[in-house]
Amino acid sequence: MSIDYSEKIPNNVDLAGNKTLQRALEHWQPEFLHWWADMGPEGTTSTDVYLRTAISVEPKGWAHFDYVKMPDYRWGIFLTPAEADRKVNFGVHKGEPAWQEVPGEYRSNLRRLIVTQGDTEPASVEQQRHLGLTCPSLYDLRNLFQVNVEEGRHLWAMVYLLHAYFGRDGREEAEALLERRSGDADNPRILGAFNEKTPDWLAFFMFTYFTDRDGKYQLCSLAESGFDPLARTTRFMLTEEAHHMFVGESGVGRIIQRTCEAMVQNKVDDPARLRAMGLIDLPTIQRYLNFHFSVTMDLFGADVSSNAATFYSTGLKGRFDETKIDDDHLLTGATYPVLEVRDGQLVAVPAPALNALNEKLRDDYVKDAVAGIERWNRIIEKSGIAIRLKAPHKAFNRRIGPLSAVRVDPEGRVVPEADWTHRHLQWLPSQADRAFVASLMGRVAEPGKFANWIAPPARGIDNQPVDFQYVRFN
Amino acid sequence: MSETGSTVEVLRQHLIDPEICIRCNTCEETCPVDAVTHDSRNYVVDASKCNFCNDCISPCPTGAIDNWRQVDKAKPYTIAEQLLWDTLPAQAALETGAADAMPTDVVRITSVASAGQGGDVPPPWSAAHPYVNVYSPEKPAIATVMGNHPLTSAGASCDIRHIVLDFGGTAFPVLEGQTIGVLAPGADANGRPHHVRLYSVASPREGERPRYNNLSLTVKRVTEDHDGNPVRGIASNYLCDLAKGDEVRVVGPYGTTFLMPNHPGSSLLMVCTGTGSAPMRAMTERRRRRIALNEGGELMLFFGARSEGELPYFGPLLKLPKEFIDINFAFSRVAGKPKTYVQDKIRERSANVARLLADDNSYVYICGLKGMEEGVDQAFRDACRSAGKEWDALLPALRAQGRYHVETY
Repeated sequence: MSIDYSEKIPNNVDLAGNKTLQRALEHWQPEFLHWWADMGPEGTTSTDVYLRTAISVEPKGWAHFDYVKMPDYRWGIFLTPAEADRKVNFGVHKGEPAWQEVPGEYRSNLRRLIVTQGDTEPASVEQQRHLGLTCPSLYDLRNLFQVNVEEGRHLWAMVYLLHAYFGRDGREEAEALLERRSGDADNPRILGAFNEKTPDWLAFFMFTYFTDRDGKYQLCSLAESGFDPLARTTRFMLTEEAHHMFVGESGVGRIIQRTCEAMVQNKVDDPARLRAMGLIDLPTIQRYLNFHFSVTMDLFGADVSSNAATFYSTGLKGRFDETKIDDDHLLTGATYPVLEVRDGQLVAVPAPALNALNEKLRDDYVKDAVAGIERWNRIIEKSGIAIRLKAPHKAFNRRIGPLSAVRVDPEGRVVPEADWTHRHLQWLPSQADRAFVASLMGRVAEPGKFANWIAPPARGIDNQPVDFQYVRFN
Repeated sequence: MSETGSTVEVLRQHLIDPEICIRCNTCEETCPVDAVTHDSRNYVVDASKCNFCNDCISPCPTGAIDNWRQVDKAKPYTIAEQLLWDTLPAQAALETGAADAMPTDVVRITSVASAGQGGDVPPPWSAAHPYVNVYSPEKPAIATVMGNHPLTSAGASCDIRHIVLDFGGTAFPVLEGQTIGVLAPGADANGRPHHVRLYSVASPREGERPRYNNLSLTVKRVTEDHDGNPVRGIASNYLCDLAKGDEVRVVGPYGTTFLMPNHPGSSLLMVCTGTGSAPMRAMTERRRRRIALNEGGELMLFFGARSEGELPYFGPLLKLPKEFIDINFAFSRVAGKPKTYVQDKIRERSANVARLLADDNSYVYICGLKGMEEGVDQAFRDACRSAGKEWDALLPALRAQGRYHVETY
């Protein structure tokens, strides 16, 4: 289905056929633009950015590249094409036709799921709004802005659902999404990780690698939903989310590559000397990794959760790759191991699988995240350097759930509070680490030039050369 | 020639580069035939399922999906093998005698260049059969420079050259509209050989000088990018600086569709800017040499440049008889005159243009800067409308019949 760009709000949901909804969203649109002007990337109103815009939701249509000023980006509402006779594929309604309207009894739970997802989108734009001022290259600046506009579009996707299916409550929630602010003491964003600062580009790359990957897993679970409009919306968002993870994985990879090159060339492995050369040493990268990994672990929620069980059995939120899993899709009587502390040690104990769905999703995520860390290690290995990066234990540095009550080291050993106090700065970035990384952040905005601490990418965006003018300042 | 090679059938196997892939699952999600699968290490393509629809190519955020290897069709890389890879294997030598893999640079450049015609189109039905990919970067042909002549006047803002290459005893068969690749010597900052650069052949099939094994190119010295920023084009500067007697490594030829019709009575409607005139010159020259045969058909040319002094082959074009070719120049930077573009000239001549567009024996060729596409399309639309015809209805037929060819950059 093609996207109607002649409309004020580009869409493939026949918005013109529903005047009430169209008016409501056209009323929300200026508020969104106002929020973008206020909280979007700083000082970029007249900047031309080589951006990808979806021109149709078909595989060949959604990667159209051209220069765009970000406030003119065609944010819109795109759903993947409907699947004929789609069914609810799990939970007590399994086998019933998928819902095209919100079932009354699940209204508040569904709204909560959508608002929680929707809240992360503007939050990350807010977290990243100053990063453009310290970009390591035009290529990276363009990637940052692409991530930003697409997070903006994901907000649109969620707001569409709220407006279209949740009446007055939905409209109020849509407004609140523009009112909360990341890190605001009085009116913060809903999830903790989205109130943290993204102060530097290493943090940004780690965030897009780890935290946007949480987004992938959440969206994948929602794309299984029995509520068909939610499933179709999130399915399309996933294609955009992929770019964000690419930015993170390749960004960290390029920093590692640059550091390794310098280590080999100069036969240096002392972090202090590498820092003196203006490079980010591998132990610092490991500490950033530990921080972002553990903060993201918390985003999956409590290990044992009755909410998760309810969302699943009522058909609202499935598991990752639900339809590819070979079981009864009801989870009656099934168990799943979750961690508990017994006699000062972490032990896996069976919990009802329905209640352990957060843990299951977390474990699926960990597998995926670890695979990427291994690819970073291959860069190090190729340079002949012995150091390896490693994901910390999933119980490390947790703030949510029963594991937040104990201190766990990156290896998964429960440690006394005194040990933690003494050693946590070996594991997590210190103020000094952050200050050092911040000291490297300077703006490089000449085509083909890159900051000293990061290697150029192997290939450009959209087959353009690496020294392409990805951003034009006017 | 002895026939020792086996009769292996070659498959262009679709593969994913495990070094670049970030495991985002987009390809697996997109693939309509479920040819993509993965384990905890790699995403891979099942050669027995992939139908080359390319749906997965543009959604891939990394470009990892866009990798191909020529393999023995009976023995493609299995899924089990691919799942173990850390890097893509190099292209293995095939004892087939079949054409080598088309260089990826060439595939990339030509797909971008022909995007404006809206997908693949067939060649004209009467086009001669082209040879393609006879010489690869591994085994290029060596040509000798026989001439390097400026085409632009001394005061012009750009430097365009007419370069004649001679292949001596090496066979290098080309048709009008085909391109050749030039390998500039040296390496880039990363130590890799420079990318292949493609140039349209500006001479007809029997040579710049008839019955000599040579061809000509129209090369503009690149000194700035599309946005006017200074940049030194590697291959164009290399070519423009060549002296008589220098040797050049050449690959190709390439191009199987942007070809001229051969049947008597066929007409050519040509629209070009700058060095986009190269294929038009080749086709025009082919026809000029055959004037005496009285084969019929018309030639109509729309040719845009900044000024007379920057229009390649301006002098020779003026000497062509009016009854042989209908030439329409458009100059955009002549002091004291309004800027005129090819689309303006097309509109002025809309009656003739509309008649040619609707004539089954006429063939359209557009070559030049990408920016001209939209204007020309709009001018064709207007020309059709003023003749009571519908461009949107006509265009699909032109494409399907191999009568509409675009090469822009």
